[in-house]
Amino acid sequence: MNKAYDIVIVGGGPAGLAAAIAARESGTQSVIILERGEQLGGILNQCIHNGFGLHTFKEELTGPEYAHRFIQKVIDMGIEYKLDTMVMDISPERAVTAMNREDGMFVIDAKAVILAMGCRERPRGALNIPGYRPAGIFSAGTAQRLVNIEGYMPGREVVILGSGDIGLIMARRMTLEGAKVKCVAELMPYSGGLKRNIVQCLDDFGIPLLLSHTVVDIEGKEHITAVTIAEVGADRRPIKGTEVRYTCDTLLLSCGLIPENELSTSAGVRLSPITNGPVVNESLETSIPGVFACGNVLHVHDLVDYVSEEAAKAGQTAARYAQGAVEKGGREIEIHAGGGARYTVPSTVCIDRMDDRLTVRFRAGDVYKDAYVSVYFDEARVMRKKKRIIAPGEMEQIILSREQMKEYPDLKTITVKIER
Amino acid sequence: MYDVIIIGAGVIGCAVARYLSAYDADVLVLEKNEDVCAGTSKANSAIVHSGYDAENGTLKARFNVEGNCMMDELCRELDVPFERIGSLTVCTDEGDIPALEELRQRGINNGVEGLRIVRRDELLSMEPNIGDDVAAALYAPTAGIICPFKLTIALGENAAVNGAQFKFDTEVKKVYREGGLWHIVTDDAEYTSRAVVNAAGVYSDIFNNMVSTRKLNITPRRGDYILLDRSVGGYVRHTIFQLPTKLGKGVLVTPTVHGNTIVGPTAYDTEDREETATSADGIDSVIAKSAISVKGLPTRQVITSFAGLRAHEDGGEFVLGEAEDAEDFYNCAGIESPGLSAAPAIGKYTARLIKDRLQLGEKADFIKERKDILDPSALSIEERNELIRREPAYGTIVCRCESVTEGEILDAIRRPLGARSLDGVKRRTRAGMGRCQAGFCSPKVMEILRRELGVELTDITKSGGGSYIVSSRTKDGD
Repeated sequence: MNKAYDIVIVGGGPAGLAAAIAARESGTQSVIILERGEQLGGILNQCIHNGFGLHTFKEELTGPEYAHRFIQKVIDMGIEYKLDTMVMDISPERAVTAMNREDGMFVIDAKAVILAMGCRERPRGALNIPGYRPAGIFSAGTAQRLVNIEGYMPGREVVILGSGDIGLIMARRMTLEGAKVKCVAELMPYSGGLKRNIVQCLDDFGIPLLLSHTVVDIEGKEHITAVTIAEVGADRRPIKGTEVRYTCDTLLLSCGLIPENELSTSAGVRLSPITNGPVVNESLETSIPGVFACGNVLHVHDLVDYVSEEAAKAGQTAARYAQGAVEKGGREIEIHAGGGARYTVPSTVCIDRMDDRLTVRFRAGDVYKDAYVSVYFDEARVMRKKKRIIAPGEMEQIILSREQMKEYPDLKTITVKIER
Repeated sequence: MYDVIIIGAGVIGCAVARYLSAYDADVLVLEKNEDVCAGTSKANSAIVHSGYDAENGTLKARFNVEGNCMMDELCRELDVPFERIGSLTVCTDEGDIPALEELRQRGINNGVEGLRIVRRDELLSMEPNIGDDVAAALYAPTAGIICPFKLTIALGENAAVNGAQFKFDTEVKKVYREGGLWHIVTDDAEYTSRAVVNAAGVYSDIFNNMVSTRKLNITPRRGDYILLDRSVGGYVRHTIFQLPTKLGKGVLVTPTVHGNTIVGPTAYDTEDREETATSADGIDSVIAKSAISVKGLPTRQVITSFAGLRAHEDGGEFVLGEAEDAEDFYNCAGIESPGLSAAPAIGKYTARLIKDRLQLGEKADFIKERKDILDPSALSIEERNELIRREPAYGTIVCRCESVTEGEILDAIRRPLGARSLDGVKRRTRAGMGRCQAGFCSPKVMEILRRELGVELTDITKSGGGSYIVSSRTKDGD
């Protein structure tokens, strides 16, 4: 089996689905989604809580409902997809090697590839938490799958380390299932999750959030029996004498998400050391021509709505590329993250290729109150927006306008800054 | 009644069982854990020492060098990954070169071949990431790396295929001699045998002391390790030891046969024979010490840390052979480093002693070869497709980080001494051993285990005993 498609989309989660629909709407017929799971929708299928789609559909949907709207559209449009299919390799020439039970191993030559593989959770091992390595320690997403898809409880007495959104959601979910969630400990002095999740998942259930705390010991040789939590100082090292022991039979970890870019790396795509995702231009094209990226494989998002929006953009630009309609060359302007902003996506923009407006997303490295988001065109400040609060857990965005950029013919660098 | 009962299914117990299974003997292996390779054998440096380190004339020296020599053939027979990558023992002071020379001489006396001192210039070409202060090293080309899980599992499996019986989840409580036979009392039965092999790792003193007046005393010595992701594989090409100094023994940095990098160990004496908890200090010190021999090691790419226990006997020496005052009770006690390297030689030696004493005949139909679980990634696309046509389970990837297929997992469960837990599957197939550390694949592996073993999901464990993964159904479940 050796096939050719205009666009191969790696991953059938929210990013892959939205990219596929947009690619088709942009006039590319030959599109295929390769999904490793047994159904389309990706991680949304296990996110049975509501709160999805407020921006996109102006209503509150559950994860599966949100996914369903896109899946239905993919089916209605007759877009091809293969389930239980793992992409094993992507070559720099965009030959995609994949495998499943029915077709075996096969290669698809693609005019354009859209990377939409999502992200994975940081495991216990990567956190260097000392102590035993018993059963009962789960990343929050694994526990979410066990509870929501398999219908099994990991345990009844829960401690959560890390205040990422999945951890917060699981604090509520486990509570609703009758478990006692004793606390959520967060190493940083601020939460990594959305404010609304802290309110709705912790505060509403009286679950304490211990900022600047971490797990310093895990007890239990076969199954976890207790953890010790200590306060950490400004250096994030535990402070002696602050240790408190919590008995528990479950420890959930929600300590960060890592874009899953092993395939991108094998294709030679350049990654950002900050986002761990590909470095992309205004078209969401990576360092390899014709390879695009969107969703959590590009950078970790908080809201699926923005994933869909970003992925649609990647679908459009990939379609344009596959149709050979992309202007080559053009002057690239760098977009820098300065003072307080950790990164920007995209990191370059070409005026000749960009649409009238370009959304630039970024995250802050710290919590800022009553600060300004500023945009500089070289030395000139062209935008200044006051924000009551800017936090690492909430992605920020600014919109660049082509008209405005044209007013600066010598423009070399655009800088996004957070200023007090 | 059995001819031989072996206490412990670690690498030593399995090696003895494997070599004994070449003879006509009824062999029973009793293991308190749910699987082979569940104690010291699973948590160590995963290396085969060349044999220069042990003092001349010691059992450690003899069996290390012998075991090292046996590895190529044994690993070929049993299909175990082993690579002779060589080791470098580095010093940071020109003044320490005589100490390296002394080690070289000791090695030569032990029968180690190819030892030589390499100076910094040559060292840099061998190991570009060597520490800036490293002055010279003792190069031991016969040192190697091995997968300790696969070696132990292969030895056990091969013994089982040749008729040795294994009983897991079976803890030996008491050993006594009566009526010219050994009686082995476990938590739920009593067995008798003509001979006993004590391969009980950190518990080996306890069993020796039940039957012998020559008392042993084992101190479990904990070692913390960190394991780095395969994405930084190749950072070092040899096993890099540090020459022990007044400041301590140093740590090793070595590639593994699977392309990860391992760093460790520490050494903390404990009293608890199950104390495999890592400590923050231990992990910090491993990272700090690694910088002496290797510069810029990407320690942020840690995917897991773990601790193992060495069975350190007071005499600092292996205790092998028949106990002086306990007839047909054979010790394999005090097996600390270089125990893994020495394991084949210890197994063969102990089996020979028993064969001669019990006058066992050679087994005519002994099967000396064993094939490991098929690795589909080693096949061409055509071969792989042929395999998937025949067995579609090889077309489904279960562990995405390590690219492990359902076919491999099924094989791991269905073969002799098959996996019965998540860790059992992991050690046989590497499913769950990658960068996500089983986050994605554990629900899938649990489901496969449930199906294959015909049990409930709530019965599935991480590693036997009480290590259940899930506790009960959700409110809506069922």
